[in-house]
Amino acid sequence: MKSNEVMLHTLTRVVTFLILAFSVYLFFAGHNNPGGGFIGGLMTACALLLMYLGFDMKSMKKALPFNYTTIIAVGLLISIATGVSSMLFGYPFLTQFFEYYQLPILGETELTTALPFDLGIYLVVVGIALLIILTIAEDDA
Amino acid sequence: MTVLHWATISPFLLAILIPFLYKYVRPIHTGWFVLVLPLVLFVYFIQLLPVTSAGGVIEQTVPWVPSLGINFTVYIDGLSLLFLLLITGIGALVVLYSIYYLSKKTEKLNNFYVYLLMFMGAMQGVVLSDNLVVLYVFWEITSVSSALLISYWYHREKSTYGAQKSMLITVFGGLAMLGGFSLLYIMTGTFSIREIIGSLDLVTTSSLFLPAMFLILLGAFTKSAQFPFHIWLPDAMEAPTPVSAYLHSATMVKAGIYLVARFTPVFGGAAEWFWTLSIFGIVTLLWGSISAVRQKDLKSILAFSTISQLGLIMCLLGLGSASLYFGYGDETALYTTAILAAVFHLINHATFKGSLFMTVGIIDHETGTRDIRKLGGLMTIMPVTFTVSLIGLASMAGLPPFNGFLSKEMFFTGVLNSSELSIFNMQTWGFLFPILAWIASVFTFVYCLVMFFQTFTGKFKPENYDVKHVHEAPIGMLISPIVLGSLVVIFGFFPNLLAYTLIEPAMASILPNLLEADERFYVNIYHWHGFNTELFMTIGVIAVGTMIFLLMKKWAKLAIYQKERDPLNWFYDHSLTGLVRGAQFTTRIQMTGVLRDYFAYMCVFMILLFGYSMIRYNAFAIDTTNVTGIDPFMWILTILFIGATVVIPFINHRITAIILVGVIGFLLALFFVVFRAPDLALTQLLVETVTVVLFMLAFYHLPELRKESFKPRFNLVNLIISIGVGVLVTAIGLSAAALGNSANFEFISEYFIQNSKELAGGYNMVNVILVDFRGLDTLLEVLVLGIAALGVVTMIKLRMTGREDV
Repeated sequence: MKSNEVMLHTLTRVVTFLILAFSVYLFFAGHNNPGGGFIGGLMTACALLLMYLGFDMKSMKKALPFNYTTIIAVGLLISIATGVSSMLFGYPFLTQFFEYYQLPILGETELTTALPFDLGIYLVVVGIALLIILTIAEDDA
Repeated sequence: MTVLHWATISPFLLAILIPFLYKYVRPIHTGWFVLVLPLVLFVYFIQLLPVTSAGGVIEQTVPWVPSLGINFTVYIDGLSLLFLLLITGIGALVVLYSIYYLSKKTEKLNNFYVYLLMFMGAMQGVVLSDNLVVLYVFWEITSVSSALLISYWYHREKSTYGAQKSMLITVFGGLAMLGGFSLLYIMTGTFSIREIIGSLDLVTTSSLFLPAMFLILLGAFTKSAQFPFHIWLPDAMEAPTPVSAYLHSATMVKAGIYLVARFTPVFGGAAEWFWTLSIFGIVTLLWGSISAVRQKDLKSILAFSTISQLGLIMCLLGLGSASLYFGYGDETALYTTAILAAVFHLINHATFKGSLFMTVGIIDHETGTRDIRKLGGLMTIMPVTFTVSLIGLASMAGLPPFNGFLSKEMFFTGVLNSSELSIFNMQTWGFLFPILAWIASVFTFVYCLVMFFQTFTGKFKPENYDVKHVHEAPIGMLISPIVLGSLVVIFGFFPNLLAYTLIEPAMASILPNLLEADERFYVNIYHWHGFNTELFMTIGVIAVGTMIFLLMKKWAKLAIYQKERDPLNWFYDHSLTGLVRGAQFTTRIQMTGVLRDYFAYMCVFMILLFGYSMIRYNAFAIDTTNVTGIDPFMWILTILFIGATVVIPFINHRITAIILVGVIGFLLALFFVVFRAPDLALTQLLVETVTVVLFMLAFYHLPELRKESFKPRFNLVNLIISIGVGVLVTAIGLSAAALGNSANFEFISEYFIQNSKELAGGYNMVNVILVDFRGLDTLLEVLVLGIAALGVVTMIKLRMTGREDV
């Protein structure tokens, strides 16, 4: 860890959480307000990139022990599974459903199958943005 | 499958077995196994003679591609039976001859007999097929197998040259012929020759009549070595002599003759058909006979002689087609003589030319040379070969009492008759035909004399030959030429043997429309027909020919005699190299290997195509009815946007350029804000950020040497092209907007606005469209992103080290 970047480190720690929180907000807001899986994913990737900029690669790997290739695959699988699940009930591929529920804390909430679909997109976007940039950055040829 | 079908394909079936026979039965010459087949087939076809000579036909069909009207229909009438007997009969003799000609120890006999059998089967197929497509298939197999046979000694350069030449020329003609067949199909709706002849009025009244006719003639002329496509035949003499005897004198070169005869009922009676055949035929006749005189190689003489004789037959078929013009009548009888002469000479030529090729092969085999300047004095050493050659040459020269004399007399009769013809403007130029024919006959006589005297007379000089003991050939090798030679004599003395059995049915199938039911042509050939013009012409030929030969010492010194090669080869060779050079040139000027050029081509093509269609269909339009006002901040944004864009090409510094690109991206995001697209604006901002980061990363990794060497060069062409593309896209955009306005479409967005809450439970319409209404697009776009990421990983992580091949 580089010792003379205290300001950057401190700020990164604070700001990253703000950006992450905002990205989660964007992701959930998507159905009714501007936002969605794509933007949320990019925003999350930006937050993580900021951390990569602030700290070095080794400690980041320790902190986030993810394989981004797996994340892409998981995201794609979730999206496809959402589409396929509607087929199990006899509807065409990628038919979305929604319903309103009374949940304990959140009150009346709309739950929709578009959300897991968006989640898949979110994961893929996070995965690819980080994978591409980190791969190029790590390349020392 | 009937017996006849099996007979047609039997050579192919036997060809499959040949390599096994060659490999496992080594002590016996493979040719003996092959010999059985043509003999059996010959006997089989002989017993069909009574059917055709009684005027009957045999037609049998096996469906091949019935949905396209392509059936393997065999059809036997007089004409095809005549060819079948030639093919199988001479085929058997050639196989017998080749057994003694090709050594069991040194030659690749399996190749030879497989090719030969392929050829035999294909040739049978050509003359048997009633279906044009089947005929074409067999036709091309003859081309292929012929090229294979010519290049049998493939390690010799001349052989491969000759094979390539014959292949190119005959396949060129074959493809043209296929075009003609297709046109016939368009006109009549059938591939069957019988049915085409049946619906003749459809053909003759069609505007496709002439194109079809010329395309088919192109096929026939290339195959039959007619002027100017004859140049492949002399070069095909590099083939083994049995092949030359079989393919290039008796059978394959007559495929074109067959085709012309077969299509005479369809096209005959038209002036174009008459003139094309007669003129090309007589020119070929003259050209071939004159060229033959200049040759020094025995096989080359025979090659040019074949060319000229084929021209003679072709000319006769052309002149004879005039009889179709008259319908049935007295004139008809006069002009059918030409057809009779053609058929008769076809048979005669096959017999004497086959035997001559075989004797030349014997001379080559026993002395080691075919050069007439080295040969001489073989009369006493090879008496049998000498006798057979004498008969063949005398017949070819047209001397009595051999069959060549009869057909030559009939040829003269034919040209004399037609010179008095009063149709097709023949009365103007008709007198030329007998004169040209007579001159050609004189030269024919001369080269026959040259061949005879140079080879057999004079003093025997052993030092001229590579072979130590020059002697007569083994008896096996002599059987075939003796058989053919005796046929020459028999047909000479008893020509009417053939008249009833072969010639009349063949004529009936060439000119079927002239016969009423149960009628037949009456052919009576006899030697003595009084002191008429034809006889005096023959006497003149002999006298003048002898004179020219006696003066040979004088004219042999002329430069034109020394040059053997046909001047038309110059065109062939130069067009071939020119073609390659031209292709290389055009490739070189456009395939630069520079990506920038290819991109320029694409842009130019786009400008031309879209620009042309805009002008052609008058598609440019401007419509300002639905245009909204422009706010001041939009002006500012636009000016900034345009400014940043215009500046980029003039930036010399990479990083600055990247930053400017980023600026444009953020301005675009602002535009999205202005035009009320928050999702797009957000995405654009984030994507632009990530892209700029990526650009920075990529440029950081650029090689040291070229760092900061980015300096755009000015290029006027590129400027023009880019302006053109810009103008074009603008014009298309404006026109699309204007035309969209005037078309009054109902926009689908109304549906989304109304239903996004009800059907999908979301207020953000953009997001609802992305994940619900059009979710599949999103899924696949995400897939694209995933693939791109994996691609980057593969390119960087799995990079090959060193210089391994990928």
